[in-house]
Amino acid sequence: MGALSVEDLGYTHASGRKALDGVSFSVAPGQFTALLGPNGAGKSTLFALATGLLSPQAGHIRVHGHDLARTPGPALARLGVVFQQPTLDLDLSVAQNLRYFAALHGIPRREADRRIEAELTRLDLFGRRDETVRALNGGHRRRAEIARALLHRPALLLLDEPTVGLDLPTRRTLIGHVHALCAHDGIAVLWATHLIEEIDPATDRVVVLHRGTVRAAGPVAEVNRAAGAATVTETFDRLTAEAAA
Amino acid sequence: MNWWIALNGIVVREVLRFVHQRERFLGALVRPLIWLFVFAAGFRAALGIAIIPPYPTYIPYEVYIVPGLVGMVQLFNGMQGSLSMVYDREMGSMRVLLTSPLPRGFLLFARLLAGVVVSILQVYGFLLVVALYGVELPAWAPLTVLPALALNGLMLGALGMLLASTIRQLENFAGVMNFVVFPLFFLSSALYPLYRMQEAGEALYLLCRLNPFTHGVELVRFALYGQVSGEALAVVLGATALFLAGAIQRYSPARGMAGKAGAAAG
Repeated sequence: MGALSVEDLGYTHASGRKALDGVSFSVAPGQFTALLGPNGAGKSTLFALATGLLSPQAGHIRVHGHDLARTPGPALARLGVVFQQPTLDLDLSVAQNLRYFAALHGIPRREADRRIEAELTRLDLFGRRDETVRALNGGHRRRAEIARALLHRPALLLLDEPTVGLDLPTRRTLIGHVHALCAHDGIAVLWATHLIEEIDPATDRVVVLHRGTVRAAGPVAEVNRAAGAATVTETFDRLTAEAAA
Repeated sequence: MNWWIALNGIVVREVLRFVHQRERFLGALVRPLIWLFVFAAGFRAALGIAIIPPYPTYIPYEVYIVPGLVGMVQLFNGMQGSLSMVYDREMGSMRVLLTSPLPRGFLLFARLLAGVVVSILQVYGFLLVVALYGVELPAWAPLTVLPALALNGLMLGALGMLLASTIRQLENFAGVMNFVVFPLFFLSSALYPLYRMQEAGEALYLLCRLNPFTHGVELVRFALYGQVSGEALAVVLGATALFLAGAIQRYSPARGMAGKAGAAAG
């Protein structure tokens, strides 16, 4: 059973524009999967569907075997999300933000505080738990959001371009941390990005999305071989250029 | 248990946010106080009020207008809060809220309720100034009015959410002021007793009677004197149920996105 399984997903916007068509792929526990695609590929729509913001018009999304449309409760209980846009309350402290989120998942206060300490410590942020989010820089805010997304111990972590606007060292730290989550905690990760250098060709898998369809999916080496390319960059360029022409 | 923890968390967050936004509190206080200090002072001479329930005797205009201004505080709070829930200003936080595994209807209800708690804090701030200003209210009024405030706040919050989810043009607050807040406020018993409206015209009187805000204000007015207006209670309960059901059914978290796309296209 995959942590995330997307089957034959289709979505057409009210304007008539087809955003996704027959999209299928899966992410297994412990896997880091990068969702690659140029702007307008359908990544945002896919994330909106996977977080329940939109409902699929065709196909299914299952989180840990639970259909997101039919049984949203159990599916959402296993899903952690880091949205592209910042979603922390700026005037509240880091700990207050995280406690609020824990409450949304029904975690009692004492247990919540224990988990907040553990997650913030892992991200080297525990010392700043009582500062307001406004006082943190972009990288620290992102770390707080990742810590928050892990409080309810999800099986699957979705991140929508989480490194946008961050400097290189901060990006590396975040990528390293999320890779460690896969390796040590067995969490499945779907990481949407258009920054190909964020992918580790040795361990990661990729899903290349272009114009609403999956152009390639699998381990980096396999995808490269199938595309007749040497690097992910080359693969990406080939898969997204042919149809654009 | 999970529901209770979540509800508690949602309310605590809203109260914390309110505590940090002092300007919002001041704004919520200044508006009704201007009406009380300026409008009521000027209007007192022009309007005599007969003895009407729940008042046992002749009352100065300042006493009459207090429940209406309490309603105004809740009306503004309800509209502002609900609009931000529907449109993109709070898209991020609404998306986080809706990733909770609890049913969406419950989460929206809890979020509305949290807004009501904030509006009640604002009302108590207002009532404190009212008391300091010298307007006499029964000693128990802050206590007896509490259930009425909860109901009225919920009704107005749900109404705001329903309107914002239904009518795209309400996206900016100016539209809401002109087409929702002013009509609801002026076509009600907030500023003048309805028998005065009846003297002005039956049609206006009928509109005022049909206005749920009138009944919210009357519910608050009677509750301040430890009394229950059966008619007001029935209307407010019915309207709250109706608005809530409609608001929850029509709420779409994708609307903020769609709204923006629509605005860009149009």
